[in-house]
Amino acid sequence: MKMDIEKVARLARIELSEEEKVTLGNQLEQILTYVEQLNQLDTTGVEPTSHAVPIYNAFREDETRPSFPREEVLSISPDQEDGYFKVPRIIE
Amino acid sequence: MELHQLTIHELHALLVKREVTSREVTEALYRRIREVEEKIGAYLMLTEEKAFEQAGQVDRKIARGERIGDLAGVPLGIKDILCTKGIRTTCGSRILENYVPFYDGTVVRRLRQEDAVMLGKLNMDEFAMGSSTENSGFQITRNPWDLSRIPGGSSGGSAAAVAADECIAALGTDTGGSIRQPAACCGVVGMKPTYGRVSRYGLVAFASSLDQIGPITKDVEDCAILMNAISGYDPYDSTSVNMDVPNYKESLINDVKGIRIGIPDEYFIEGMDADVERAVKEAIGLFERWGAKIKRISLPHTPYAVATYYIICTAEASSNLARYDGVKYGLRSKGFRDLMEMYTQTREKGFGKEVKRRIILGTYVLSAGYYEAYYRKASQVRTLMRSDFEEAFGQVDVILVPTAPTPAFRIGEKVEDPLQMYLSDIHTIPVNLTGIPAISIPCGFSRENLPIGLQIMGRHFDEGMLLRVAYTFEQNTDFHLKKPPIA
Repeated sequence: MKMDIEKVARLARIELSEEEKVTLGNQLEQILTYVEQLNQLDTTGVEPTSHAVPIYNAFREDETRPSFPREEVLSISPDQEDGYFKVPRIIE
Repeated sequence: MELHQLTIHELHALLVKREVTSREVTEALYRRIREVEEKIGAYLMLTEEKAFEQAGQVDRKIARGERIGDLAGVPLGIKDILCTKGIRTTCGSRILENYVPFYDGTVVRRLRQEDAVMLGKLNMDEFAMGSSTENSGFQITRNPWDLSRIPGGSSGGSAAAVAADECIAALGTDTGGSIRQPAACCGVVGMKPTYGRVSRYGLVAFASSLDQIGPITKDVEDCAILMNAISGYDPYDSTSVNMDVPNYKESLINDVKGIRIGIPDEYFIEGMDADVERAVKEAIGLFERWGAKIKRISLPHTPYAVATYYIICTAEASSNLARYDGVKYGLRSKGFRDLMEMYTQTREKGFGKEVKRRIILGTYVLSAGYYEAYYRKASQVRTLMRSDFEEAFGQVDVILVPTAPTPAFRIGEKVEDPLQMYLSDIHTIPVNLTGIPAISIPCGFSRENLPIGLQIMGRHFDEGMLLRVAYTFEQNTDFHLKKPPIA
């Protein structure tokens, strides 16, 4: 299976150099070929496992509780203004 | 015996008898670190000031005649994947190089409540992705048994620090073998608890359905002591399981008579190191001599474990690591023209090769049109593997296998070949995929004097049985007492 590495890197929001595209592309091809061995197994009708220990729903009381103070959270952000995270303009 | 060589239980006895103070032991440990750290490179950061504060508190408690717990005043190392309030937590990544959490992870909080002394934060593969600690964004760590070899990974800093007596014990995390494989490589004890036994709150997420925190220690008794401290339900982690935690010290029983031990054919494979095979088979022989019942079993889907794992863990990682976007915390690149460039450049600069590789693979297997073929398929195979173990544990109480197919390999040996690196986790991965607990203990040495690990797997929440079997082995052998040449 051939992976369109540029497209996938874009989806993953990772910039790759031309060289990385080649080496990473080859390595991923190799890994994908390896994982294709799963197709040897017939899994018709087998339920998927997403969680190894049978917990289905973890409910808690719908009660409010304090979250982290805004100043503390913002204090470690790369950029902030007026109590908000600041990012580049997104709407032209 | 030097102070830095003590185990938790030995040190506790000395503290209680007032033969030594926590301050003296903490000083001894930092002396030891200064002596060997240049060669080992286990620590990313030392927290001396805070450590002496904690030690002083414990010494005052003892002086006042207060009762102290098993971990009080004991200097520990913490893998740098666990959030420590006010102390930098990098997860081995440049993207978190300056990240200072404003909260403690639950296990860290529990250790503080127990008055343990934290010496510093330990090196690891970036975001716990790796089997050699070579993927750290900051430094490599060397194996104390042979400085030209890897300490295993991803908790390589933790295992190397314990083996080199740079801490009394440490915490690691295990997503596909990251506690057990380094423990085996460094000749120490490492346990991956049952999924849900230990809270993951404040553990930087890699693959959430697989990650679990556990102890790396010098012996099995210390493993039980740390398990007592870190286990239990936590409302902040909805996957932690709300059930009673036994006192694991009560499982330290030197007797395996009548215990049924399963040996799965699928783990004794071609390409396995001859010394590993010999050591593990000798261990099996010993258990038989001590009265355990040895039974050949089959775990037929074992050969598919690595493929299953690298679909599931990369898928989960691609989703978990989407949060590193340069907005809320961590690195933000400079010189971007728009939001998209801010994302892509931040992630390009902040992530190392292996992390990028896994995010891209995970993004691919989850992308439209491929999800069924990869992620769903792998999740189904995971069910088949669970059935394998359910069937096996109907016939036996524990399963014995090698922890890793070879002893520690050389630094640089597998860096350029990710698939070969992945295959070094072939014996540890099935445990994470099925959520069961397992422990690795030293069971011998190769002809090159490298430690070999024996892995004991058990039923969900049956850590007590693992400790009993491991303890019996340890009480009747002396592999765990050998020190690396650096000592």
